[in-house]
Amino acid sequence: MTKQVLIAGFGGQGVLFAGKLLAYEGLLDGKEVSWLPSYGPEMRGGTANCSVTISDAPIGSPIVANPDILIAMNKPSLDKYINETKEGGQIFYDSSLISGEVKRDGVEIYPIPATKIADEKGLKTLANIIMLGHMIAKNDFVSLEGAKGALSKVVSERHKDLLNFNVQALTLGYEYKA
Amino acid sequence: MAVVFKKPEALTDAVLHYCPGCTHGIVHRLVAEALDELGVRGKAVAIASVGCSVFSYNYFNCDAVQAAHGRAPAVATGVKRACPESIVFTYQGDGDLAAIGTAETVHSAARGENITVIFINNAIYGMTGGQMAPTTLPGQVTQTSPYGRDTNTVGFPVKVCEMLSQVDGATYLERVAVNNVKNVKAAKAAIKKAFQNQIEGKGFSLVEVLSTCPTNWGLTPEKALTWLEENMLPYYPLGVYKDKYAE
Amino acid sequence: MAEKVLMKGNEALAEAAIMAGCRHYFGYPITPQTEVAAYMAKRMPKIGGVFLQAESEIAAINMVIGAAATGKRAMTSSSSPGIALKSEGLSYLAGCDLPALIVNVQRGGPGLGGIQPSQSDYFHATRGAGHGDFHMIVLAPSSVQEMASFVFKGFNLAEKYRMTTMILADGTMGQMMEPVSLEMGEIESYDKSWCACGGSDKRPKNIVNSLFLQAEELEQFNIRRYEKYAEVEKNEVMYEEYMMDDAEICIAAFGIAARVSKNAIDEARKMGIKVGMIRPITLWPFPKEVFNKAADKVKAFVSVEMSMGQLIEDVELATRCKKPVLLCNRSGGMIPTLEDVIAKIKEANGGAN
Repeated sequence: MTKQVLIAGFGGQGVLFAGKLLAYEGLLDGKEVSWLPSYGPEMRGGTANCSVTISDAPIGSPIVANPDILIAMNKPSLDKYINETKEGGQIFYDSSLISGEVKRDGVEIYPIPATKIADEKGLKTLANIIMLGHMIAKNDFVSLEGAKGALSKVVSERHKDLLNFNVQALTLGYEYKA
Repeated sequence: MAVVFKKPEALTDAVLHYCPGCTHGIVHRLVAEALDELGVRGKAVAIASVGCSVFSYNYFNCDAVQAAHGRAPAVATGVKRACPESIVFTYQGDGDLAAIGTAETVHSAARGENITVIFINNAIYGMTGGQMAPTTLPGQVTQTSPYGRDTNTVGFPVKVCEMLSQVDGATYLERVAVNNVKNVKAAKAAIKKAFQNQIEGKGFSLVEVLSTCPTNWGLTPEKALTWLEENMLPYYPLGVYKDKYAE
Repeated sequence: MAEKVLMKGNEALAEAAIMAGCRHYFGYPITPQTEVAAYMAKRMPKIGGVFLQAESEIAAINMVIGAAATGKRAMTSSSSPGIALKSEGLSYLAGCDLPALIVNVQRGGPGLGGIQPSQSDYFHATRGAGHGDFHMIVLAPSSVQEMASFVFKGFNLAEKYRMTTMILADGTMGQMMEPVSLEMGEIESYDKSWCACGGSDKRPKNIVNSLFLQAEELEQFNIRRYEKYAEVEKNEVMYEEYMMDDAEICIAAFGIAARVSKNAIDEARKMGIKVGMIRPITLWPFPKEVFNKAADKVKAFVSVEMSMGQLIEDVELATRCKKPVLLCNRSGGMIPTLEDVIAKIKEANGGAN
């Protein structure tokens, strides 16, 4: 099993953090993992993305050009990667920020109004975690319990008070029904 | 028989290579006397620079590191930070300290590095054969200012003590000269104080020593002393430019 | 084995340096290696170490020279344009026979270039790190684990041979996170009686110096230094072979390019192409012998690299051009894709597949 995940959005949407959480989940699950961010000025307000690979075998290149799973948190990211997603793959996108019909043959498409849910539930800035929770619900190489466990590793000591909000966001995404 | 004068322990037996009448030898001796009198020769690390004093690592009887052109204060920073118990000093000329090494000079002062800087200002590049220095006086003829330093095209001399006196991190800045006995005595006191400051952990001390270069000035040693007095002293006034711990 | 933690390459490298006993870090910010400085800034004060942000890369390397001259483990890190500025210091380190560790997290050049990963400082690291006759031991990590392990090993090597070890990484290695074990092994200790740290009241004075105006004397120093380099070449060559047993095509690649190449090899093998890889780990000393032996077995080499063709020259030299060496490269911060490498493998295979 090798899963390549690309998470993309605006800088500040927590794209890198969501990727780190996913990678940690894999690590705690005893799998090989890699996490590779885009870096540079684009992080500061432009688009940001990160490549996460989770595998049973040692990982060759950490670069994900053609993801099995795309998590798109804004329109430019979806446009950029929609046709790069592998045949038989999955695309998750934030339908509260991306309007209109999203079409792509040969992949499963999962819209979720993550930003809207986050705002409604008082979980501002946690749309990224809601998206991730939803992705976990649709895959079995990762688990909700595993991700909750990983949260305690990636939420820094300084922000421990935010742990519960993250767990809540993860669960909301996981339980979301279209 | 009573010994009334001897070579300081902090100088080796190596024969100085300096030209006749050059005042580097005097300043070497003053530094060595200070090390001896303060009892820190054994803990001292000399940072030699590039220029006429490049061989100072052979003359000072203590550990030494030879630095690249202008980088002595950075090397001194590395030594002092790694061995805070050592007594670290740089010995630099005007090209080294005030041209290529200006950044290292200013920033080691700004950080308040607990080091001692001995700065020889003789208004010319000696080792390369008499080119214009950052401290060459307006109108002064050198190999690369053959018609005299033209301030319209190459600007004005850098006054190091005045410049560094604006740097909060600097502790002690004094300009001295070694053109006569009285000034040599004052220079000795300043150099000793610059080392004493380091021993007491007071931070960055720099002593600028107005010095002669008879060979490249094209003067006899005696006339060079007069030239220093008549030309350098008015442009580079002697005195204490900063003393953070003065009463 | 110690628990694996997920760390960025730059941070793993910094932590490993601390574990190697380095307490003196001098740096200057530059993308994409700034995390090393940030990590050191946070950690050093807590363990009694020195973190100092210098006024320039030039000052930073000279501070390393000063600290190294006292016999302490010292390092600096930077990225390509900053490393170019440090070149003067690299030459002085060699001329003074000082041990030190230098990290280059490469980005695209020349000039200010870009900030994306590159391998175009290969020539600089292996041939022209500064003026004069000298070498550095150059280690090329290909994973976050190696970013850590090689720093640890690099310090030991530097002290063993009294020379500079350079970690030649790239932006991807610095920025990516992978699980890493920080179990590092033994800090080796070597003679430090040469150091200039103040102590001339107890022993003869020590001078750390690279100036020799007598040409005969300087020549002798250089000859002796090259005898030391010959020892390094004999003892310290490192490389990894991947699927080379039956390979007919041999890829040469290091760092992130080797990671992409591994995937390409796996794919090409599915197509029935017998391809393998020799990954040089020490770029200097270069694993000449293994390449030369491979040249008697394979029909072609492919040099996969992120430069306009630098590693390829060492492959050609090592194999004495016995077999063709094809170039599969991207430059300016671009990374060869899986498809790029597979296409070149096919070309090397005669284009039949």
